[in-house]
Amino acid sequence: MSGGVDLFDLAQKEREEQAVYRRTVLCCGSTACLSGGAQATQDAIRDVVAEKGLEQDVRLVATGCMGLCSRGPLVKVRSRGEDDVLYADVDADAGRRIAEQHLAAGQPVEERTLSLEHPFFARQVRVVLENMGEIDPNRIEDYIAHGGYRALRDAVSTMTPAGVIDVVQRSGLRGRGGGGYPAGSKWKLLNEAKSDQKTVIANGDEGDPGAYMDRTVMEDDPHRVLEGMAIAAYATGAIKGYIYVRAEYPVAVRRLEQAIRQAKRHKLLGKNLFGTDFSFDVEIRIGAGAFVCGEETALMASIMGQRGTPVLRPPYPTERGLWGHPSMINNVETLANVPTIMRRGADWFANIGTETSRGTKVFALAGKLENTGLIEVPMGITLREIIEEIGGGVAGAKAFKAAQTGGPSGGCIPLKHIDTPMDYDSLLALGSIMGSGGLIVMDEDVAMPDVARFFMRFCMDESCGKCLPCRAGTYEMYELLDALVTGRGTAATLVRLETLCEVVRTNSLCGLGQTAPNPVLSTLHYFRPEYEALLVPDGAHLAGLPGAHVAAAAESASAFADGSERSA
Amino acid sequence: MSALRAAAGAASGTAGAAGGPPPADDPRVALLTTQLKKVRYRADALIDVLHAVQDIYGYLSPEVLTTVADALQLPPSRVLGVATFYHLFSFEARGDHTCTVCTGTACFVKGADALMAGVTEAYGVAQGATREDGSLSLLEARCIGSCGLAPVALIDGAVVAKATPDALIAAIRTAMEASESAEDAVREAAAGEGGAA
Ligand SMILES: Cc1cc2nc3c(=O)[nH]c(=O)nc-3n(C[C@H](O)[C@H](O)[C@H](O)COP(=O)(O)O)c2cc1C
Ligand code: FES
Repeated sequence: MSGGVDLFDLAQKEREEQAVYRRTVLCCGSTACLSGGAQATQDAIRDVVAEKGLEQDVRLVATGCMGLCSRGPLVKVRSRGEDDVLYADVDADAGRRIAEQHLAAGQPVEERTLSLEHPFFARQVRVVLENMGEIDPNRIEDYIAHGGYRALRDAVSTMTPAGVIDVVQRSGLRGRGGGGYPAGSKWKLLNEAKSDQKTVIANGDEGDPGAYMDRTVMEDDPHRVLEGMAIAAYATGAIKGYIYVRAEYPVAVRRLEQAIRQAKRHKLLGKNLFGTDFSFDVEIRIGAGAFVCGEETALMASIMGQRGTPVLRPPYPTERGLWGHPSMINNVETLANVPTIMRRGADWFANIGTETSRGTKVFALAGKLENTGLIEVPMGITLREIIEEIGGGVAGAKAFKAAQTGGPSGGCIPLKHIDTPMDYDSLLALGSIMGSGGLIVMDEDVAMPDVARFFMRFCMDESCGKCLPCRAGTYEMYELLDALVTGRGTAATLVRLETLCEVVRTNSLCGLGQTAPNPVLSTLHYFRPEYEALLVPDGAHLAGLPGAHVAAAAESASAFADGSERSA
Repeated sequence: MSALRAAAGAASGTAGAAGGPPPADDPRVALLTTQLKKVRYRADALIDVLHAVQDIYGYLSPEVLTTVADALQLPPSRVLGVATFYHLFSFEARGDHTCTVCTGTACFVKGADALMAGVTEAYGVAQGATREDGSLSLLEARCIGSCGLAPVALIDGAVVAKATPDALIAAIRTAMEASESAEDAVREAAAGEGGAA
């Protein structure tokens, strides 16, 4: 191998060093487990290891998220020649006991173990999350020892850009940021754009409030994002990459910064990589709390230090992006799939999932379930399997009511559709979207008009204010929903709400406004009686009802934006 | 995040002991200058710079925004326009302690409203506001990415997982008492030194 490091050497050395230890204790050190006391757990284990003089025997690693956040802190003990043992709810005391019994005496602490055959784990297929809970996100050596950067090296030194794009296209990988646009096709567009100033952008804004897939990938396997970006850059001819991370994720920012430094030091980023002409650098940009900045044109404005207001497309970023040069935006999870696809092949990936939705999807499983956390499942798995098997069913003997996907741009899936396969097209057909991976389960106690109002308040607050249908429409829709929920709504309110949904959906400039009515429309579609039960008869209070200016808003809105396009 | 501010505080403490610095010696100015140099005074780094300002000063004051505009050679209107666009920037000083309740979807479904209401009632502070005595600000965040542990809140940046109103109120009290006793300790130490001198 000419130039740069020899990855095989590095990987081999790391593996040999790790193999010296008889036992490895993998302690989940992700944000969720840390807030559940994982640091104290690690300290307790480390203390006992020191007390008993087991340092030569036991390796302690703080890993990324193991997934079952609701049962954290999680600890996995891996011993030479034995099956892995997983422990749940490991506080400092339990940590000490595990160290004393299992690490020192070889006796697992049975009552704390959780079977790895547990459906929560057994039903998952790991592509993006393959390193989670396995490697130390702070060490590039660990990533490389697990096969990291091999895909980049092979792509750069043995494949043409067109060859790389061909693999991505054949894999069937679609964008995981919500829209589901075929990744390979987007790469091809940037590849064909003529410029020597092209950029690739990783979208780590993760605006859906109730989702943390991208955060976990950036924090716990940051090199995977960098490798995916570098492969994308090689395939498209980009010279520079930006990762846009929301400011609420300071740990992700720190880990990515560190990963960039490490990659540069090992000449995996920078000039003339692997002794070729290919050079690529990555910079981090931090958001400042604006949902709309996840929209690609707004995101680019924000990278350039401006207000994050979207502009009409076309021109698409691949024609006119950052500073006027062609750019391509991919979601973090989309890019995180790429190294594994390149390593294991397009066919392997295309075999997972369904005809039109290949591969896996990472979901942040939250809400009223027994097991909540981060999961990766093959596309096409049914909602029932996710909820009943992986999620362990609805918590506290309550009945399942609905699951929300796609956050404020998405919709709900009611009980009667619980056997729907989770893929892009089936979810669209139900009036929801795949979205970026937020999956929130609601039980019978949750009132759907409340949920609709919740999301509308979010959209109202987050509307950037540039176009009227969204700016005024989300406000009016919120007021109407509030009137309904607080017992001030009449049949006319509901009619107005539905009219306005249509106006905002069809006339807004960007996806925020175009999809803001979705939670209302879908809860109305499936749970209309709940809304109707809230209605009060026409009465004196009607005069002061919000939404009186709806008709006017609707008219001017239609006049305002004609050539608007639907979401990406 | 607030490491910078702590450094500035420590530095100004020393400067103060040396006899009260003229404003130009404000250590925060030096910190900001370092940040500006780090981004090479590039206008497109405005958002980064605003983050740094908020880290150093705790909030964005008109004076500092003007300084930033001059340094990056941007019209002040542009700086203010960008600063006001993003929710994370604050134009008022925050309280000594902050309680941030997550109001993302997972937390909403699990009762974030009750957390917010509980703190409001116990401490007499409205959502988004700071108590009159400056002891506590009550803020909201849209998902801090710990949805598996919903509902969650942050007290001075530390996560309180699977929170209940009572637990959260108690945790705030603990944070407030801890800083009070720390202040007492500082005061005692200062008094001790004074005595020695
Ligand atoms: C209001 C709005 C918010 C969005 N937020 C995100 C986001 O947080 N993360 C993301 O990857 N894509 C988001 N998108 C989609 C992006 O515009 C873009 O389609 C996506 O990043 C492309 O990447 P992909 O093709 O890999 O999915 C958002 C779109 C809209 C309209
Ligand atoms: S919704 Fe509260 S942490 Fe995600």
